[in-house]
Amino acid sequence: MKHTLSVLVENKPGVLARVSGLFSRRGFNIESLTVGVTERPEFSRMTVVVNVEEHSLEQVYKQLNKLINVIKVVDLPDENSVKRELVLVKVKADSKSRAEIIEIINIFRGNIVDVGKGTLCAEVTGTGSKLSALEDLLKPYGVTELVRTGVVAISRG
Amino acid sequence: MKITGAQALIRSLEREGVDVVFGIPGGVMLPLYDVLYDSKIRHILTRHEQGAAHAADGYARASGKVGVCMATSGPGACNLVTGIANANMDSIPLVAITGQVATHVIGTDAFQEADTTGITLPVVKHNYLVKDPREVAQAVHDAFLIASTGRQGAVLVDVPVDVLRAEFDFKMPEKITSLPGYKPTTVGHNRQIKEAARLMISRKRPVIYAGGGVISAEASAEMGQIARLLDFPVTTTLMGKGAFPETHKLSLGMLGMHGTSYANYVMMKTDLIVALGARFDDRITGRLDTFAPHAKVIHIDIDPAEIGKNVGVDVPIVGDVKKVLRELIAALKPMIKDGGGQDLKPWHKQISSWKKEYPLVIPEGGLRPQYIVDRIYRVTDGKALIVTEVGQNQMWAAQFYKATIPRNFISSGGLGTMGFGLPAALGAQVGRPDALVIDIAGDGSVQMTSQELATAVLNKVPIKVAVLNNGYLGMIRQWQELFYKKRYSASDLRRGESPDFVKLAEAYGAKGIRITEPGEVDHALREAFKYKGPVLMDFVVEPEENVFPMVAPGASLDDMIGG
Repeated sequence: MKHTLSVLVENKPGVLARVSGLFSRRGFNIESLTVGVTERPEFSRMTVVVNVEEHSLEQVYKQLNKLINVIKVVDLPDENSVKRELVLVKVKADSKSRAEIIEIINIFRGNIVDVGKGTLCAEVTGTGSKLSALEDLLKPYGVTELVRTGVVAISRG
Repeated sequence: MKITGAQALIRSLEREGVDVVFGIPGGVMLPLYDVLYDSKIRHILTRHEQGAAHAADGYARASGKVGVCMATSGPGACNLVTGIANANMDSIPLVAITGQVATHVIGTDAFQEADTTGITLPVVKHNYLVKDPREVAQAVHDAFLIASTGRQGAVLVDVPVDVLRAEFDFKMPEKITSLPGYKPTTVGHNRQIKEAARLMISRKRPVIYAGGGVISAEASAEMGQIARLLDFPVTTTLMGKGAFPETHKLSLGMLGMHGTSYANYVMMKTDLIVALGARFDDRITGRLDTFAPHAKVIHIDIDPAEIGKNVGVDVPIVGDVKKVLRELIAALKPMIKDGGGQDLKPWHKQISSWKKEYPLVIPEGGLRPQYIVDRIYRVTDGKALIVTEVGQNQMWAAQFYKATIPRNFISSGGLGTMGFGLPAALGAQVGRPDALVIDIAGDGSVQMTSQELATAVLNKVPIKVAVLNNGYLGMIRQWQELFYKKRYSASDLRRGESPDFVKLAEAYGAKGIRITEPGEVDHALREAFKYKGPVLMDFVVEPEENVFPMVAPGASLDDMIGG
């Protein structure tokens, strides 16, 4: 089962290696991992999506907490949190298909960020399933490149 | 006042009360060793960095203080890794100081460069790469704090040579630290402790299962008090040996793969396991899904991640074992006064009959390793500080040397590191100069670090090494005999051809004694123990002796070969 963990860590060199190393060493599967600064410069926040059973989740949580540079670990269940991901996608677009693709991007409240010869590049944010739906819709036109950020999440309230 | 990074480092070590370090210098460590030359800290020059790490580890286990080892960058640091991993796996407080290439060449594959913090990351509690001389003192302080508190472990501090050389305005940091993510829980949860007490007086077939955590928490007295108060039998792990006197009638000795049959039967029939500073390792539980089927489990441990990791727990208590046991005793006393507690007589009767039926036996005929360990036990009156190598020698030592004193039985538990014994004995002897330190060794294991005999001789560290020489990697041979149709692939060390252990000892300037007959054993032991310097005893034992009882890997704990 998928779990989204928000991990507050000290903003120091090597901390990412400590966290990611722990996951691989103990055999926990990372689906996605994002890291960035927080409201306080001395801390960074990692959002880690792991696919583990309940028993292993407890181990993930406890082992993360044992790392000296980890300040706090919070499990963010879907119902109590907002989760977003960003995708940049490059789609083949000729004069015939261009309008249709822009229409789809608009429906997904995305932006066209680059127009090239025969391609369009769009940025779209949303939940993972929304972005997957977009990907399915764009596939018939020919997706030449796609990059997703992985999930960032924050608790509600 | 301006001082160098190296001076700051040595002053920090002195402030932590370090009196001895084990190590080997090297190019990038020259600034540090130059300062060490004038320091009152004793430096013991080993012959290999692994020896330095094991010696610091043995020192820590024997003395209860933090052990310190040092090595240079690249190969020096790499050679420390096994010793660091060994200490960390057994939760031993160790600080390793390594030199690193200069900051401006880090990452360029410079001469003798290795990514030491990267390499050691999976085998330490924490590590530091100090890139600023002003951070040296704080890093050393935090390293000692982390190594010696909570679940103890190994911490490495890697210092580039330019940081050691740099001069800067020094101010010793206050002994306060800012580790926002490090707050070990030491006080147990009050309600859980009461719940544990209630459970303990309500069960009819209880057992205390104690590990190395009882020794590191210095909680043997409290555990003994509880055992006697409630009349609970006690079994210990290899790491827990010495936490409870194995001569006491409540002792079941060691449990697990080569534990006593009765300890293992107790685990399979018990209705309450009180686990203290132990982690339900696979060598203890055997097959997990058949382990202790009737038992409720109270698990007291400083490390929350150990609770519920392998075995389901009914009453989890995170905390310092000593503190928790004190609270537990306070909770139990009024309950007992009010007539709480079950009649444990049938349980003790059952245990006595198992003890009678399945004792540990010393086989007869020839020179048996079990007999030698038993004689060491008797000649030393059980008071020696025993260190073991890894393999059959280790299991015979655990079975036949009855440990009665905490920190007097030292062995590589989690990592099972061959070559640990001799340098660890050396470190233990340095930490406890008045103890009679004996390394119960195997010929395979001792050859992995036998060069440290030179260190023992030159530093006048009078360790006694008792080699149970069977000419094999004995535990490997035993498994091949039992599970691989006696196909002795690469386990024969060809005794009689090389080495001659007596000559080896003499080459290093130690005393060598060869023993081939049972009748010579006591005399040789007395001679060795009387001798002022290091001694190596070459006991030429029955080559194909096995360690029994044995729970085959993956088998249920009560399914013992030779049990």
